Amino acid sequence: MSGILVVAEHRQGELSDSVPELVGLANGLKEGLGGPLMVAVIAQDPSAFSDQVNLAGVDEIVQVPVSVAEFQPDVWEAALQKLVAEKGASVVMTPHSVDGWGYAPTLAAANGYGFASDVLETKVDGGEVVAVRPGYGEKVHMEVGFPGKDAVVLTVRSGEHPVVEESGSAEVTTAEAPDVTPRSEHKRFIEPESGGGVDLSQEEFIMSIGRGISDEENVEQFSELAEEIGAALGCSRPIADNGWLPKAHQVGQSGTTASNCKFYLALGISGSVQHQAGMKHVDSIVAVNTDPEAPIFSVAKYGVVADIFDIAEELRPHFE
Amino acid sequence: MKILVPVKQVATLDEEFELQEDELDVDHDFCEYDINEWDDYSLEEALQIKEANEGQEVEVIALTVGDDDAEDALRTCMAKGADRAVRIWDDAMEGADPMAIARAIAKFVEQEKPDLVFAGVQSSDQAFAQTGMQVAALLGWPHAAVVNNLDYTPGAGTATVRRELEGGLEEEVEVQVPAVMTIQLGINDPRYASLKGIKQAKSRPIDEYSPADLGLSEDEMGASGSLSQVRKVYVPEKGQAEMIEGTPAEQAARLAEIIKEFKGAAS
Repeated sequence: MSGILVVAEHRQGELSDSVPELVGLANGLKEGLGGPLMVAVIAQDPSAFSDQVNLAGVDEIVQVPVSVAEFQPDVWEAALQKLVAEKGASVVMTPHSVDGWGYAPTLAAANGYGFASDVLETKVDGGEVVAVRPGYGEKVHMEVGFPGKDAVVLTVRSGEHPVVEESGSAEVTTAEAPDVTPRSEHKRFIEPESGGGVDLSQEEFIMSIGRGISDEENVEQFSELAEEIGAALGCSRPIADNGWLPKAHQVGQSGTTASNCKFYLALGISGSVQHQAGMKHVDSIVAVNTDPEAPIFSVAKYGVVADIFDIAEELRPHFE
Repeated sequence: MKILVPVKQVATLDEEFELQEDELDVDHDFCEYDINEWDDYSLEEALQIKEANEGQEVEVIALTVGDDDAEDALRTCMAKGADRAVRIWDDAMEGADPMAIARAIAKFVEQEKPDLVFAGVQSSDQAFAQTGMQVAALLGWPHAAVVNNLDYTPGAGTATVRRELEGGLEEEVEVQVPAVMTIQLGINDPRYASLKGIKQAKSRPIDEYSPADLGLSEDEMGASGSLSQVRKVYVPEKGQAEMIEGTPAEQAARLAEIIKEFKGAAS
């Protein structure tokens, strides 16, 4: 078997940003493994995405028309299983996304394909695919292989690879999806609640608080500090989950991406991958944390190992 | 009805640690163990369904696939209110990836026939985000990943759930039951175990099975039942922030300077 199949995710009619990045990674694998490189578009009207996924290096765009408008795991898994068999793909690449978590592991498990999630790098060794993924809270990397597997499914972390912007000259084909009865049904999307005028995606200067603030009653003093230094107030997941700040303040994968932020001050945030997904692109990140090993220090420009309460108290007079 | 909650004892690495000599894992002497954070939420969700439906006899079973040390996670679950605790292990499970773990869980499900399986979205140590979904695939059950809201009445043929998507968006989905769901942080407010609960849990029995007892063959356990195999573990080179040293007053003064430089440049 040979060939690489990239899954083009989409939602509400928008193609996922992950596609040009997955194509970039797949182009590298294609050099070592051989082609073809195929992009699968499973959608009610897959042709709507054809131009966008026709990127340099893509040999074939496989349109798979299906009856469901939005992601449905049974439909996607069945369609991909059939494509792998028909096209003889030896690698299936999907984003390490919320939808990806719903069909990639089941595709692999149901068919006995090799599988690795949250893949950071791929390479070819002796004709076989090798994936690198993190372990133990990102403190180590592990190289994993898939001995004896004809096909391998990889969910790839976003934001780690160069994107392909140049368009290509792929052949467009159509494949029929198997007839399956979906066992779950998409009802509706629920848009994020507006945050009373808070839109962190527009802010240039964000000061975010995390678990390090310890208690709800401490939120106010940090909110005041943010105001004094002229920053918008952000937070990490536990603060929003506890209801200490509205969800609109949360930066990260399931919150807001700080798209326009140029300066990010992280107070008492350890820096989980999910939080980093919303801020690690920012040029100037300054992190204050008591734990010198906190992952946030590996993406920050400046680091301060200290108690955030001490730093906050000492910082305030400089802005009065 | 029954709800099965698979839980994992996760490892946190010490600041300083060493790898095993074969470089296939870290040296476990440098690990501390605790119950996976996501599993606190999946257990809580099961307990809340039980408590909201007292007349219906909802049984909550906590399950782990792990050696003796993993019993701590089960005791925590019992102390919070799980009705039963089950541990599956055999030394042949060493080297298991999530798929081999999922095979053992799926065998238990076939025997016990719960209505719902609530697994954590991922574990805080390895973050595979796959075990729960692979259990669903092995059973051929409906499933929903990353559930942050759940509406289910015992006996009903479907559950209405919300999935937490990216960027604050959510999706409402109706899922046929029996089903496997992976449960996201924030879905509820997990309880603490009471002192009385902790005391009682110490003396309660844990059902133990070997994977073979459940019908798993040798080639489905451990490395041979896995979809991947670790070739090498190493410490990656990381970017490192320029550290600002000194007393808190000195650190804050430098921080203020950096902020003011940025604001000056921005305005």
